Amino acid sequence: MVERSYEKFFRRNRLPHLWCPGCGNGIVMKAIVQAIEKNPSFTQDNTVIVSGIGCSSRASGYMDFDTLHTAHGRAIPFATGIKLARPELNVIVITGDGDCTAIGGNHFIHGCRRNVDLTVVLFNNNIYGMTGGQASPMTPLGKKATTAPYGSVDRPFDACKLAEAAGATYVARSTAFHVQHLVKTIEDGLNNRGFSFIEALVQCPTAYGRRNKMGDPAKMMAWMRDNAVMKSAWDKLPEDKRVGDKFPIGLFYRAEAQDYDAAYQQVIDIAGGAAK
Amino acid sequence: MSARLMQGNEAIAEGALKAGVRFFGGYPITPSTEIAESLAKLLPKVGGTFIQMEDEIASMGVVLGASLAGRKVLTASSGPGISLKQELIGYASAAEIPVVIVNVQRVGPSTGQPTAPSQGDVMQARWGTHGDHSVIVLSPWSVREAFDITVRAVNFAERFRVPVILLTDEIVGHLRENVELPDTVEVYPRRTPKITRAEGYEPYAPDDDLVPNVANFGEGYHIHVTGLIHDETGFPVGSPKVTREAIKRMHDKISRAADEIIDVQREFMDDAEFAVVSFGGTARTAYEAVINARRRGIKVGFIRLVTIFPFAEKIIRELSKNLRGLIVAELNYGQLVNEVERAAQCPVKLCAKYDMTIFEPEEIEQSIDELVAEVNGNG
Repeated sequence: MVERSYEKFFRRNRLPHLWCPGCGNGIVMKAIVQAIEKNPSFTQDNTVIVSGIGCSSRASGYMDFDTLHTAHGRAIPFATGIKLARPELNVIVITGDGDCTAIGGNHFIHGCRRNVDLTVVLFNNNIYGMTGGQASPMTPLGKKATTAPYGSVDRPFDACKLAEAAGATYVARSTAFHVQHLVKTIEDGLNNRGFSFIEALVQCPTAYGRRNKMGDPAKMMAWMRDNAVMKSAWDKLPEDKRVGDKFPIGLFYRAEAQDYDAAYQQVIDIAGGAAK
Repeated sequence: MSARLMQGNEAIAEGALKAGVRFFGGYPITPSTEIAESLAKLLPKVGGTFIQMEDEIASMGVVLGASLAGRKVLTASSGPGISLKQELIGYASAAEIPVVIVNVQRVGPSTGQPTAPSQGDVMQARWGTHGDHSVIVLSPWSVREAFDITVRAVNFAERFRVPVILLTDEIVGHLRENVELPDTVEVYPRRTPKITRAEGYEPYAPDDDLVPNVANFGEGYHIHVTGLIHDETGFPVGSPKVTREAIKRMHDKISRAADEIIDVQREFMDDAEFAVVSFGGTARTAYEAVINARRRGIKVGFIRLVTIFPFAEKIIRELSKNLRGLIVAELNYGQLVNEVERAAQCPVKLCAKYDMTIFEPEEIEQSIDELVAEVNGNG
């Protein structure tokens, strides 16, 4: 069999992965390395993958780079330390909806605010998968979880709006169904010098879909196909058409702003310091 | 170098710089803030990085990330902040990441008495994070020693790849003394891999001293670092054997070097029948109390723990064999005393204080007098 070019980015002795059959995480993990492959300034020696805790965050162990599997919610502070200590390294953060917006929520908004040059990919499966299906801050209203057996009444976060409001300079959403779009979205995020945030919707048939009668993994992906609306089309949709399960994907926000390392270099210059 | 008037907290910042610390992440908290403020000013002058994080947990995370990327790192806080840092102090233990955590102790629990001195974090320093773990805890009693011990703490962190807690207190942190600091100090360099990837490098394979030579990020080794129990490859393994060996090595790398790590100051011990054990700012008062008591003819010695953990069990056991009684003077309800009692071969009496104020020498002297009376059967 011909080797697929992206396979060199994986630690093949660590595979197969531990994700359930039908899980969308592998699609996003592959999209990340395909985006890396398209960017010649990202090599396996100068790129660090940092993750938190949860299903998504096990991805780092399969990827053949320097990889850091941190504590729950803390990937962004660790990644910030790596980036500021060695600005020449490319740092990518892999996180999940619970990891990033619940226990890591404060780190997330402050990472955006500082505009540290990181690319954060949030695998949104709408649930705590690793612990067996508890509600997360991104579980939609009314959906069931083991800790929301009658349907969630907690209003969910829109992580993209949160990132934009907090100061991220690249904010986009895609899904495990829209693979080409997902790869391009991550690629553009990698090219942004500043805090890039990409929410990737993934299907979790085991802990989320099954409990919410969403059918098999293929049906969950068909749901993404049928309900995701590209940003340009979404903007033209009248309010009364933005109903049901419909949600926007695409690039939501992009801004030019000095990244944190460049800003701190000014501090060093003012202080009369030596080069780092 | 000429003498300068400075606080203990400033001396810690100076010591950190001299030891090669080039990255500090922190969060404001009394009475440790001057360490952050000093380093905010000093680090950029030497091309280092200071960052004020959103909370204490992030402050730990950011320094651990920087340490993995090759920088020598330090963070500082006080009791409430140290409690928050405990999660990632455990991570540093498990993943063997060099880091120094300064705790300028204040009165607890909780918000407690934010500006008042205490030594109530002795057990938090040793056992604050969950699970079995190894840690080194050092405590200075003067401004000059705050400088020296910071250098030692950074060197120990690098040599043993372990979190080192610099357990100082508001007394020493805010004490101002005229000090002369050395221009150069002995610095332990970052450990580096001895073999290449092609030769079968494994980041968590222990060297002869049981400490692994973990590569820095960005050097082509493609290492994996995790807080899960891992084998020598760095990858998680769910086996009893690997778990047992990982936890045992974490302890053994420190206990095997305990004699080098443990530093205990002993004064007036040759003829001593009694002795006062103390540490940190309290030891300053205890020293005066011991001198006063000796002037009154009581043969009392002075034992100061510079290294608090690993605990100087052997030294206390040996010294106490020739003593009729020991006083443990500490600015808390009684924490170190339990460790001393475990090792001591003579009666042990606690001299505790936990009311926002520091000891007066007379208070420790009174404890000495009470102990003498008790062992003489007049108590």
